Amino acid sequence: MCLAIPALLVELLPDDQAMVNLGGIRKQISVALVAGVQVGDYVIVHVGHAIGTIDPEEAAHTLALFAEMAALSPDHTPAETTT
Amino acid sequence: MKYIDEFRDGALARHIAACIAAEVKPDHQYRFMEFCGGHTHAISRYGVLELLPPNVRMIHGPGCPVCVLPIGRVDLAIQLALQHDVILCTYGDTMRVPASPLPTAGPPQGGGAPLGGRAPQATRGSTESMSLTKAKARGGDIRMVYSAADALQLARANPEKQVVFFAIGFETTTPPTALVIRDAAREGLQNFSVMCSHVLTPPAIRAILDGGRPSAGPPQAGSAPLGGSDHCEAGERGGDCSHETAEIEGFVGPAHVSIIIGSDPYAKFATEYQKPVVIAGFEPLDVLQAILMLVRQVNEGRAEVENEFIRAVTPQGNLNAQALMDEIFELREAFEWRGLGTMPLSALRIRDKYQAYDAEHRFGLAYQAVPDNKACECGAILRGVKEPRDCKIFGTVCTPENPVGSCMVSSEGACAAHYTYGRFRDVQPPTPCAASRLPPLSPSAGGGRHLRPGEAGSSVPLVGASAVLER
Repeated sequence: MCLAIPALLVELLPDDQAMVNLGGIRKQISVALVAGVQVGDYVIVHVGHAIGTIDPEEAAHTLALFAEMAALSPDHTPAETTT
Repeated sequence: MKYIDEFRDGALARHIAACIAAEVKPDHQYRFMEFCGGHTHAISRYGVLELLPPNVRMIHGPGCPVCVLPIGRVDLAIQLALQHDVILCTYGDTMRVPASPLPTAGPPQGGGAPLGGRAPQATRGSTESMSLTKAKARGGDIRMVYSAADALQLARANPEKQVVFFAIGFETTTPPTALVIRDAAREGLQNFSVMCSHVLTPPAIRAILDGGRPSAGPPQAGSAPLGGSDHCEAGERGGDCSHETAEIEGFVGPAHVSIIIGSDPYAKFATEYQKPVVIAGFEPLDVLQAILMLVRQVNEGRAEVENEFIRAVTPQGNLNAQALMDEIFELREAFEWRGLGTMPLSALRIRDKYQAYDAEHRFGLAYQAVPDNKACECGAILRGVKEPRDCKIFGTVCTPENPVGSCMVSSEGACAAHYTYGRFRDVQPPTPCAASRLPPLSPSAGGGRHLRPGEAGSSVPLVGASAVLER
């Protein structure tokens, strides 16, 4: 029910509407709930409304953390040998 | 897709799992609750449980709006559709939630089922429960919508009909509902209203921590919606203690709810209750990382709110959305949750200023509580004290195609997720050679009886089938 997906904002339209690209599919959504979004932002879409945005730097930071953990992993061969 | 695929990487998932396995203390039993149905679904779908050490147990929480929706609310929606001749719009998840059966024929009921003999088809009597889908089959004009905005559009297109949006959901889904009420008021629409059944996350977490007992804080309905549980004193308990809940060591906090409300509202669970909370995204790597962060907090004796979903969640949340919710909604004095009982200040209603758009006011609806099906364990499952496999009717009488309880309806309900992805884990298939080593069953064998391949009642028909093929 609370599911939402990140989508690329490709065009701002009148009346707080916008066009997003969801993995190749274009869809019109409302951006009335988020302030100051721009073309090129990744917005999080829930029931046809952008409810928030993705911070690209924080996303990259989280992924870097995962990569770092993989490098430091106590056992490079995955789970079957570790449980 | 960007920001999805990277967070589903299987190799990275195994590395995080290896870290968890390396860091857990072997003599400690870790019990964490994932509050959200979205996390429950991710854990089941991606096999996260298989990656966890046996002493890390995940308990499914009540963060599934369909699952906590009580029968009485669905009855009201059916009443609107069948007796008030409205166009009833709702999200797809709500359509199959079991409601009350149509009542039996006989004298008019006082205090019986809310559908009490008023629907024309009700004269024959039936024990079959209703649902919005079945009400639609009986002629109710019930429409499944993707967005609240679609319901508003239906009202504009059908000025001769009353259109009601049956709104359910947690804080994620509430702002779009607020938006349509604001827009309907701006346009002065006379034929649109909302049956608001929106509920709040923090009071539900508090109820779990308080052992399901509603806190005895004085009701302060009418105050700001996001203040939900702040009025209740920590540890203060009141009401009946009929809702035992699971012992939880920490929470995987909601993803998209937190985009709206921010991470700050969880601080009290860390400070007052000393329970760690890690807010996590809904992708499998997010969930695993959050579990690792919880394990570390427990090992180090910390109880803090940490934010794994920092790419989308800020401490304050979406202030625009909060302001809009505050403009349209206020706290209800009390609201019944399936499984958790009636909790004060745990849900929203439409402010008097927007009363013209409140379906409960417009149609004079009166809520009536209805007990759940006796065989259904949804209540105990929602409180984390039972698992789907503990329910007698799981997977037999109650299936996603024919749900008896609400947890089997939504794909993120604990029962539906377990049915779809996990039920085969419950089966311990005896191999033919292992079975042949079993001693013959004797009347004195006592407990621990093993079913042999092909034996009647065995839930592993494939073993029997292969034995047949070998012949």
